[in-house]
Amino acid sequence: MIFRRPFYNPTWDFRSAFEELERMRRQMDEVFGELERRPQRLLGAGVFPLINLTEDNNNYYVRAELPGMKPEDINISATGNSLSISGQRNIPSEGEDVRYHRRERSAGTFSRVLALPGEVDVDKAEASQMNGILTVVIPKAEAAKPKQITIR
Amino acid sequence: MAETKELQPREKQELSTPAEQTRPGLVFTPAVDIFETEKQITLLADIPGVTLENLNIDLREDVLTLTGDITPFEEADEEDILVEYEIGRYFRQFSLSEVIDKDRIDAQLTDGVLRLTLPKVEKATPRSIKIKAG
Repeated sequence: MIFRRPFYNPTWDFRSAFEELERMRRQMDEVFGELERRPQRLLGAGVFPLINLTEDNNNYYVRAELPGMKPEDINISATGNSLSISGQRNIPSEGEDVRYHRRERSAGTFSRVLALPGEVDVDKAEASQMNGILTVVIPKAEAAKPKQITIR
Repeated sequence: MAETKELQPREKQELSTPAEQTRPGLVFTPAVDIFETEKQITLLADIPGVTLENLNIDLREDVLTLTGDITPFEEADEEDILVEYEIGRYFRQFSLSEVIDKDRIDAQLTDGVLRLTLPKVEKATPRSIKIKAG
């Protein structure tokens, strides 16, 4: 018969205990390092609307989910390299004699300023809206675009 | 005034399904408004990013199922810098009572908002009955 003593380890002394702690610390660093390397996730700034920002070689793309909003309800302005999106979401009244069972959609005002990570050409920025998604395309400034360098 | 309050960002409600999804990806519960008049029940759902082709409304055995795939918006060569909202699929089910006239259900999709009109059957609309004095 074999007795198992799970909490007793004959080689367990002070040195190995510290080694164990050191090993745990390294593992924690790996985990947190992994988290930091990912793009910033969800509710980053905690301001409505939530924004996804992407880039390619020529443009920055700012996208926001604004369902049920008309283009005239949204104000977009850009100065320097910051982009400001504000507006008001209205939920039209459905008449006097309605009884609500659920009201989960919310109305109200919003304003958000987003700093773009590089130099942009705000004069050529364009905005469009499709299926409740607002897309703002802002071209990068010529100086900020990556240059292909050929080797001779 | 309630109308001018500031909008708070809301993370999309991820659905906790009792059954596991057979397809990969995230599933969200859309925010809905449901209201009723004497003639009909109207359902409004926020489903930004869903196109008409990807929206599926199914009525089977008194269960109304909304499914909408969010169209991926990114071009292949775009790189993420900041990701605050995620894309996936919207899914929500409602059980309808007998009083809905299933043949006259009407659906409209505008700017990412689905408007579903569920008329009640004629006999279920209340009529006032005049009482004669006799």
